[in-house]
Amino acid sequence: MTPLGYYPGCSDHGSGRELGMSVHALARLAGVELKEIEDWNCCGATAAHNLSHDLAVALPYRVLALAEAQGLAEILTPCAACFSRLKGTVVRLARSADLAARMRQVTGLEYRGPLRIINVVEFVNRLLAGGLKDKLAAPLAGLKVATYYGCLLSRGENIIEGDDAENPASMTPAVKAAGAQVVPWNFATECCGGGFSMSFTDAVVDLSEQILADARAAGADCIVTGCPMCHSNLDMRQLTINSRGRGPYDVPVLYLTELVGLAAGLGPKELGLDCHFVDAMRLLSRAEPRPA
Amino acid sequence: MARIGVFICHCGENIARTVDCAAVAAAAAKMPGVVHSADYKYMCSDPGQQMIRQAIAEKKLTGAVVGACSPRMHEPTFRRAAAEAGLNPYLLEMANLREHCSWVHEDRAAATAKAIDLVRVMVEKVKRNRSLYPIRVPIEPTALVVGGGIAGIQAALDIAGGGKKVILVERGPSIGGHMARLSETFPTLDCSQCILTPRMVEAASHPNITLMTYSEVEAVEGFVGNFQVTIRRKAKYVDWSKCTGCGDCWAKCPARKIPSEFDARLGARTAIYRPFPQAVPNKPVIDREHCIMLTKGKCGACAKACQRGAVNFKDQDELVKVKVGAVVLATGFDLWDHSAYGEYGAGKFADVIDGFQFERLASASGPTGGEIRRPSDGQVPRTVVFIQCCGSRDEKVGKAYCSKICCMYTAKHGMLYKHKVHDGRAIVFYMDIRAAGKGYEEFIRRAVEADGVEYVRGRVSRIYRRTDGKLIVRGADTLAGRAVTVEADMVVLADAVVPRSGGEKLAQLFGVGYDTDGFYSEAHPKLRPVETAAAGVFLAGACQSPKDIPDSVAQASAAAAKVLGLFARPELEREPVVARVNENTCVHCRACIQACPYGAVEDHEIRDRKGHLVRTVARVNEGLCQGCGTCVAICRSGCIDLEGFTDEQVFSEIATLE
Repeated sequence: MTPLGYYPGCSDHGSGRELGMSVHALARLAGVELKEIEDWNCCGATAAHNLSHDLAVALPYRVLALAEAQGLAEILTPCAACFSRLKGTVVRLARSADLAARMRQVTGLEYRGPLRIINVVEFVNRLLAGGLKDKLAAPLAGLKVATYYGCLLSRGENIIEGDDAENPASMTPAVKAAGAQVVPWNFATECCGGGFSMSFTDAVVDLSEQILADARAAGADCIVTGCPMCHSNLDMRQLTINSRGRGPYDVPVLYLTELVGLAAGLGPKELGLDCHFVDAMRLLSRAEPRPA
Repeated sequence: MARIGVFICHCGENIARTVDCAAVAAAAAKMPGVVHSADYKYMCSDPGQQMIRQAIAEKKLTGAVVGACSPRMHEPTFRRAAAEAGLNPYLLEMANLREHCSWVHEDRAAATAKAIDLVRVMVEKVKRNRSLYPIRVPIEPTALVVGGGIAGIQAALDIAGGGKKVILVERGPSIGGHMARLSETFPTLDCSQCILTPRMVEAASHPNITLMTYSEVEAVEGFVGNFQVTIRRKAKYVDWSKCTGCGDCWAKCPARKIPSEFDARLGARTAIYRPFPQAVPNKPVIDREHCIMLTKGKCGACAKACQRGAVNFKDQDELVKVKVGAVVLATGFDLWDHSAYGEYGAGKFADVIDGFQFERLASASGPTGGEIRRPSDGQVPRTVVFIQCCGSRDEKVGKAYCSKICCMYTAKHGMLYKHKVHDGRAIVFYMDIRAAGKGYEEFIRRAVEADGVEYVRGRVSRIYRRTDGKLIVRGADTLAGRAVTVEADMVVLADAVVPRSGGEKLAQLFGVGYDTDGFYSEAHPKLRPVETAAAGVFLAGACQSPKDIPDSVAQASAAAAKVLGLFARPELEREPVVARVNENTCVHCRACIQACPYGAVEDHEIRDRKGHLVRTVARVNEGLCQGCGTCVAICRSGCIDLEGFTDEQVFSEIATLE
């Protein structure tokens, strides 16, 4: 089986470590080989396109060219921001021959494309369809989940495919496969504050609190996301919100891969469940092995 | 010997910008048979036409070619000029140098060369033209009006008032259309039913009007002056000649929870029903999809209740053929389905309603008796948000066009709400206020200043339902430059106006064009706004574009005037572009008779003086022939020609291009 290209991005080595861990754990369980792109560089994230549009394309372009040269046809980018940059670049290059020529010149590398870029939700859905669904041993019966998409997993024409930008539902099949229940709520695509966690903490605190409040009002036991930035804003900032005398909130925030991993009976440490600020380990009691 | 005149028009700069008109005229002068050639800035103007008339007289022209716009634009103009100068009008042809050349090319040299070719083609054709004479056909002085809303009613009344017969066909069980559903009307706030229902009664009782409700147009044959229209009279399952409209039947009907179309699904009706108490005719029909007897075979409660024995479950659809001379299409509009807007709840929130639903809530005859009560729990909403341009002016999700009526009816809704709930808040989110109409801007000011309707300029980005039932409306106030959040109890969306469903099929039956949104196309957007490309078929009301009541009524009267103008003549002149069979070479294989889509080719017996049959041939009834050319193409002995487009003419056009 051809290995799936893997672009870790910076969060895999930092605040979103448990996303990478749980992605690898699921891949191992499903027998999918992940091959990290050699010599990969930063996707540019929000910083690059604030400085220069060409730079914002050139950085992912180099990654795409390297991946292609290394014989990869598909790249999994677990981080939603990396996904948006890489897929956005693939779409832009397909649209403009001028841009492609300029990028060839700037980077000195050849990319023919198009490569297929896969986000973490598509990855999980693919594994489930490929047989992982049958391996889910410990269904999370009764667990109420608020699926949170934020902006990067719901928006962008030709970037997010096959979903409704206003009422996205691509995580629903995975949550249901895990035996849990998706609660209807209002803030699935609301802004969490994104990259402003450090520079405008007040804004992030306000925005994230609204999301947490609505999830709680909807009766959710936890929030599930696929974006390391959303995750850190919702998980880490609960402490800040509480310290300001609001709340208090105590809503576990999980990656989709962690939720499915739990349902598959994987160990909490293997999934990085112990890395969260808000205790997520208590959800473990929900995951009870299916009686043989 | 042919003596052809060529006249090249600049069309202002429309042609002259890309085509060297003087060079075309000079080249034409050298073409064989051309004895006169000239160019002029506006050939269609009076001096231009005078040039043509003068040349015909002075140079004794036997034919003329005008190189100008499309013949669809000005062929009648130039042919009339030729006739005035004594030349048979069918000896004048047009070369289309505008739509077929200057408008679609940029290279001046190449466009000029093409223009010369187009003129040469027509010079060769016109040399082979022969004089033709218009065909005269009688007119059936009865009009068909399709659609019984205010536009159809007005057109029918005006035509009937002019002394001509009208058949008014309506798809639903009652005439009245959307106007019957409205509460009050802008900009005067007079009661819609009070001004409409007398007209409905007048239409139904007018001796010149035959009302056919619960009926649809099924098929159309013929042409202007002589249409044969087949109308499907849907089975009503009630014999109206016996029915008195007493209401015993619907009182007993057990199927009571069918959403009422008239009440915009806010109320319920029975399976045997009249859509509203003031319906005309005021007699019920049975909705066969919901009737328990017709779907499950047992019930019959209405039949038992009817003392007149009028209920007939064995009733069948009936096809009625009528002969009419002119048609007015007045099929009206629907509201666009806002469930495409995910950000407004995708149609899932009970208290996010459309304009018609608000009309029914505000109407004295509505499901709440005129009290504004929201659908989910029947509470009186304390804050109502109105959102304009829902689907209009939004190419991405909805429609590109402005729906025209929403600014006004939203202001009216805000007013009506404030009149009924004095301490309530009415907040309107708008993009622009388009209040161009008599008394319209004043009406908007009245809503703002006298009634205190709050206007916020900006779009709403999201509506969501909080667990306490409040609808949270988040939008932008672009004048204040800030985000706005409103805790509303009800939201009214001003959905885009779209044509009635099934409109495309009807247009195809009548040969009427329609645009990408399904609105019927008028013959000319400025100069022929009520006519269509199909002669004898006219438009009235919102089927052509979104319109309010005054505009619909005005257009309906205009259409009626066109119909009466047509009927004022005893007979009609038709273009003599018809097929002709050469009876000497026809072998009577009958292929043309079978191929003709209009049934215009007939068997014709040739007899000698003693009345003995010599042989039978095909002959074209020129009253029916539409000049489509199907028989010409199918004739295996090549003995049919289309007048004005004979094989000889067409081949000479092609040959000259080599």
